[in-house]
Amino acid sequence: MISLTQNEIRIGLFAAAVVAAAAMLPLVDQGFYLSLAVNIMLYAALCTAWSLFSGPTHLVSLATAAFYGLGTYAVGLWIDNLPYPLLVLLGGLGAAALAGIVGAATLRISGVYFVIFTLGLAELVRQLVSWSQAKYSTRMGLYVFTDIREMHIFWMLLALTVVVFLTGWLINRSRLGFAMEIIGNDETVARHSGIDTARAKIILFMISGAFIGIAGAIMAPRYSYIEPPSAFNPMISFLVVIMALLGGTKRLWGPLVGVIPFTILMDLVSARFPHHTYIVMGIAFLAIVYLLPDGVTGRLEQLRSWLRTRYGKRETAIEEKHA
Amino acid sequence: MTIIVTGILLGGTYALIAMGLTLQYGVARIMNLANGETLVAACFIAFWLFTAYHINPLLGLLVIAPAAFVINGAIYWYLLKPLVDRAKNRGQLEVDSILATFGLLFLLQGIMILAFGGAYFSYTFLAERFMILGSPYGLNRVVAFVAAAVIAVGLYIYLFHTRQGTAVRAVAVDPTSANLVAIDVARTAMIAFALGGALTACGGALLSTFYTFNASMGVVFTMKALIIVIMGGVGDVRGAVIAALVLGIAETAVASLIDPGLTIAATYALFILVLLFRPQGIFGRQQS
Repeated sequence: MISLTQNEIRIGLFAAAVVAAAAMLPLVDQGFYLSLAVNIMLYAALCTAWSLFSGPTHLVSLATAAFYGLGTYAVGLWIDNLPYPLLVLLGGLGAAALAGIVGAATLRISGVYFVIFTLGLAELVRQLVSWSQAKYSTRMGLYVFTDIREMHIFWMLLALTVVVFLTGWLINRSRLGFAMEIIGNDETVARHSGIDTARAKIILFMISGAFIGIAGAIMAPRYSYIEPPSAFNPMISFLVVIMALLGGTKRLWGPLVGVIPFTILMDLVSARFPHHTYIVMGIAFLAIVYLLPDGVTGRLEQLRSWLRTRYGKRETAIEEKHA
Repeated sequence: MTIIVTGILLGGTYALIAMGLTLQYGVARIMNLANGETLVAACFIAFWLFTAYHINPLLGLLVIAPAAFVINGAIYWYLLKPLVDRAKNRGQLEVDSILATFGLLFLLQGIMILAFGGAYFSYTFLAERFMILGSPYGLNRVVAFVAAAVIAVGLYIYLFHTRQGTAVRAVAVDPTSANLVAIDVARTAMIAFALGGALTACGGALLSTFYTFNASMGVVFTMKALIIVIMGGVGDVRGAVIAALVLGIAETAVASLIDPGLTIAATYALFILVLLFRPQGIFGRQQS
């Protein structure tokens, strides 16, 4: 049975309040702010799911666009034949299967191979999809007509984000989470204490991939016309990496700190200076490496521990008085 | 037969690019994901020299290669060496260098897109027929291959028959031990990185004589070069040459027999085979 500490209950209640407040948003505005909120929610789900795997393993996964596109395509292909919720689930399963294959091929060897493999994965899947579409079907794109509207997408993404958070929290408490913590600190130690490191990583990668696939499936009705270059857009992979690392991946909520400001920034940049998006992304990557190696949350924690050592004596004195 | 010859001609250029990357990754220990951007930049400079000043791209190499050497050396010394110094272990350096070179990738690509837009460029250079074994091939492709072969032989002599080349190979094997026998590891790594950049730029300039290029195609070439490097064994120049030829042939075969849109799939199929059967590369030794 899961037992909660007082602190965890407090955080849980606070999170529930935030989620409830966010869920009210579509009732207030249905235009610009809702569409911006959908983007923020999408990247919140993607980045948190990405960090589930890349946070503890320190492996930069660029497969996001491939999983996402697979989810989108699952909906696009069968929306006329199967119910939508089933397709969302199918998108998740498809992405998990792809993650399993990629993981089995690369995660047994070394980290670099994994990064390289995922770098071209979206392009590979895109080529395969375009090729098979050209061969077995006459049209290039797919139409998705549903009565799902922007606000429904927002609610679904919000629910997905909550589920990703809960999963992340449960993983951290489980044997798998404990194993990942050891692997993250020292892989040799982990192997010597009997952890099947490759298996643990593959499972985690599949969980993370499944959520990304589901996010893609949820977003499909928003595009209404799906074709390979837009569904497997590699920019999604890079944006997710930037946002998650900008926030910091040490804490579950770290990516959120990066997602909100960066989504707004990218929205502004692509609206006003569409030719400068690449430059902004380049600068963001360099800033992460040289200025924020542990993300904003890492910097905050540094600040906190610095304050604690500086003013530590007084605090412990107060605590002793209370005790 | 046509496929094999076309593949080998293409593989010659790939070999230069991959040798550049294998030096950067194998010796300087920097996984340079902005390698493809060096290539594209060289394409544009060769294009500019040819169209504006009527300078033969082969002569253009004399300008492009030293420029790429200096720029890449500076990039290593001022941007990447701090990362090498600060990294606590190999894994940390790998993540940092991947992210930093991603930054460079987007920055350079963004600048080139601003300057040239997304359009495709090409120019006509030696577009004549050249007969090999009774079949016609573009003379520009043949010339590019010969030039690549000459450069590769030059690199081979440098690495295996000069003092500095030996130092470069020593650092590739083990930087710590190289330091013990009085090799300036930081300087050697910089030279290797700069040299790698120069080789890639040569590959780019040669590629531009027969290939249609645009500002955003760098990543695809980085990808191919990375796979060649892994196939050949990291840091192994001879392996890179063979792997590049294999990839050139495989790609040409898939493009002409199945579908030209599946070249990445061909690359990946090779990559998966290598990962499954020889993850240490064609000439690589099994690591303990």
